[in-house]
Amino acid sequence: MNSLAEKRKTYQDQLAAKAKKTVIVVGLGTCGIAAGGEKIWSAIKGEINNKKLDIEMVYSGCVGMCYKEPIIEVHKPGMPRVIYGDVNPENALQILQDHAVNGKVVNDLAVAQDPKEGAAKLPDVPVLNELPFYKKQVKTAIAKCGVINPDSIEEYIAFGGYEALEKVLTGMSQVEVIDEVKKSGLRGRGGGGFSTGLKWEFANKAQGDKKYVVCNADEGDPGAFMDRSVLEGDPHAVLEGMAICGYSIGADEGYIYCRAEYPLAIKRLETAIARGEEAGLLGKNILGTGFNFKLKIKAGAGAFVCGEETALINSIEGKRGMPRVRPPFPAQSGLWAKPTNNNNVETYANIPNIIRQGSSWFASMGTEKSKGSKVFALTGKVNRTGLAEVPVGITIREIIFEIAGGIQDNKKFKAVQIGGPSGGCIPEEHLDTPVDYDSLIALGAMMGSGGLVVMDETTCMVDVARFFLNFTKNESCGKCTPCREGTKRMLEILETICAGKGKPEDITTLERLSTVIKSTALCGLGQTAPNPVLATLKYFRSEYEDHIFNKKCPAGVCNALLEYKIDAEKCKGCGSCKKVCPVEAISGEKKQPHEIDTSKCIKCGSCIEKCKLDAIIRG
Amino acid sequence: MSNVNLTINGQKVSVPAGITIQEAAEQIGAFIPTFCFDKDLTAPGACRICVVEVAGMRNLPASCVTAVAEGMVVQTESPVVVEARKMILELLVANHPLDCMTCEKGGNCRLQDYAYRYGVTGGAFVGEKHEYLPDSTNPYVYRDLNKCILCGKCVATCNAVSERGVINFAFRGFNTRIATFMDADLKDSECVYCNRCVAVCPVGALVDKNMMGKGRIWDLEQKQVTCTFCESGCNFNVNYRDGKVVGVTAANAAAGRPLCLKGRLGINFMQNPDCIEKPLLKKDGEFVAVTWEEALGIAPILEKLKVINK
Repeated sequence: MNSLAEKRKTYQDQLAAKAKKTVIVVGLGTCGIAAGGEKIWSAIKGEINNKKLDIEMVYSGCVGMCYKEPIIEVHKPGMPRVIYGDVNPENALQILQDHAVNGKVVNDLAVAQDPKEGAAKLPDVPVLNELPFYKKQVKTAIAKCGVINPDSIEEYIAFGGYEALEKVLTGMSQVEVIDEVKKSGLRGRGGGGFSTGLKWEFANKAQGDKKYVVCNADEGDPGAFMDRSVLEGDPHAVLEGMAICGYSIGADEGYIYCRAEYPLAIKRLETAIARGEEAGLLGKNILGTGFNFKLKIKAGAGAFVCGEETALINSIEGKRGMPRVRPPFPAQSGLWAKPTNNNNVETYANIPNIIRQGSSWFASMGTEKSKGSKVFALTGKVNRTGLAEVPVGITIREIIFEIAGGIQDNKKFKAVQIGGPSGGCIPEEHLDTPVDYDSLIALGAMMGSGGLVVMDETTCMVDVARFFLNFTKNESCGKCTPCREGTKRMLEILETICAGKGKPEDITTLERLSTVIKSTALCGLGQTAPNPVLATLKYFRSEYEDHIFNKKCPAGVCNALLEYKIDAEKCKGCGSCKKVCPVEAISGEKKQPHEIDTSKCIKCGSCIEKCKLDAIIRG
Repeated sequence: MSNVNLTINGQKVSVPAGITIQEAAEQIGAFIPTFCFDKDLTAPGACRICVVEVAGMRNLPASCVTAVAEGMVVQTESPVVVEARKMILELLVANHPLDCMTCEKGGNCRLQDYAYRYGVTGGAFVGEKHEYLPDSTNPYVYRDLNKCILCGKCVATCNAVSERGVINFAFRGFNTRIATFMDADLKDSECVYCNRCVAVCPVGALVDKNMMGKGRIWDLEQKQVTCTFCESGCNFNVNYRDGKVVGVTAANAAAGRPLCLKGRLGINFMQNPDCIEKPLLKKDGEFVAVTWEEALGIAPILEKLKVINK
């Protein structure tokens, strides 16, 4: 069977031929589209058609630099690949004309160059891998995201795609595959961090005439978009990983449970599955080996709890998305009561690399108990938001201050929420903790699926806890009492504290509720729901006390606890605050210090924004 | 099947492998409260009131769905367990109308029993309470979802009859409630008022309307009989108060067919003041009370049978 190798050769040749042409790549992941990528696509396409230019256009998924979207790349023969950021339809045409046509790089917009052989390095453009954003990253699971056309199986194959599946099907036994995954030390990238190889082994050993492979693509944490980027940027990696899993556990059918809020991911998956089947790499008799693997997509209806594996299985079965009691674990009795292996998107995306490059390569990255690399979504008050893949064990400080470029507007770092609503916040003093499963749990947070929400000094931690509890309260499925009723009461208490009506006993009540919910809730959603409260209480207890006892919100967020005043010494009576006040709460003669009538003030903050003299005090 | 040895509340026990902690505890008479568990019906592990402490386990497992294991050390009422149960009850009671004095289920309500046992008064949380309108649109079931604790037994029993499945869980989180299709009132649903759900409801959310105001549980005497209205032979309880039948309720809804309206409403015939106790035969243009033998015209046959018997 060398047809795959032949195909690869053909596709590589095609790519090489393409490299002799000028190509413009537009980033059309959801992030790129949201930033206006499609308008740029049409603008450039229109110009190319008008002027009948010999330039090819392709699109790609997210390259990770969401902070620079919309992003386009120009490949011109004899020149390094140049990545442009903050592109708009006007300057896109300038890039087209100056660079793609005339070979003159637009330095103001160029973010980075990717040097290649036979092309002179550009003097004024930073090199991609030397960018602070890239320097500490290792691109493995998302290496092809933003590089290949996600809808082209040819490009995926040209980059070594499906080689791992071929290797497994033609030369490895089920046990050998599982051993390799076990040796790699890969742990579930969806949050729990259970050993992937061990999970596969359970499903392999389970008795059953029919087994299933399930991919959890129901990524729902606020601020997390790793899986979406993988699905939109490199869908075949996930399909290949699932097929390898199917072979190793003895399954011939798989489901991808993808949230309906990811329409582009679903579309690209549908295309990828169709192309895979056409190419004989999915479906019946894969690569002529007799192995069958049929994949289906199930769109989720928007319930966060369906990211919990048993609720997810119920949902695929057409039932209400409520978790089941475990045991039995899905490996014994999962989808339609058959042995089922369930991993998330990023976990499967790692598999082809592990098989191709070997378990020892993967295990060479990371810490003693957490191996490999992990993709994080950088969001919040950082300078560089986006997607970063780092070796496990890197410190939180390195991620936030080097890769993400520190805090916006030179403000002070306060905390970072890791693990979404199931995780916790980590304060300044623990920034040097290595990011791995066990260290994060020890701090009261968790790896989760990889969302990092960075908060600065203007964030109120009680308000943050309230935000996350509101989320879990809304997303509770309603099955078990502690989660259904308990998160509601926790939220109500947090709301009263934020409203300035907190009672001295509230902290104890929150702690009591947290303990009981954690220890008695049915599923992971409930058991981890109190984490944001416990973590903020652990590291920012004084903020709770300020709210409750001093009726103050130190961060200046909780409106009910704020009062606006004008510093008579600073105010020059310019009247700009008076003009902007929507409720006429500000009065004063011209050139005389003004005053705020606190009984009228609705604390909207417009006056503070207007005042150039910092004469308005909020506190 | 082989036995496993474990310790419950310091007492060593040997029980068959595969049974649950709750069943094992039952064998030694250790009390474990349950709402959502029904031996013959369902074990969703949802209410969490049956949690126990097992040495070495990170959390408190629900004893109704956790199998016993060799060497397990279980505490059914340790301080941690009691704290958890109290909190769960406080949470349920905080969202429950405290009208036990007029509630039909008073004295026959698990929530009331457990609140009493664990000293839960309902003062722990002040917050939103459900304010659903009770569904009283049909003559048979009074449905007050404000009292529902979402144990799910009604759903399980309704779905156990293949052609039913009238109710199920709807909405999410705090707003979860049991609903019919399109959240209609029972009268506009497919419900046939078999009252299986009423029979399993552990609280006062589902009440047999015909029994309302007829007496508290301790006022009534129940006699289980098998219905003879059709060949299904459902079991039900005939409820007597002061020797008089006041209502019929489904006895065991878990197995067999549901008790239909015919069986339950049969007492209306019994207590009809116009009910004729003896058959009437028209003699000389007027109805005269006669014996059944005469009315059915079998008196001569009976006479002959008596002769043969001798």
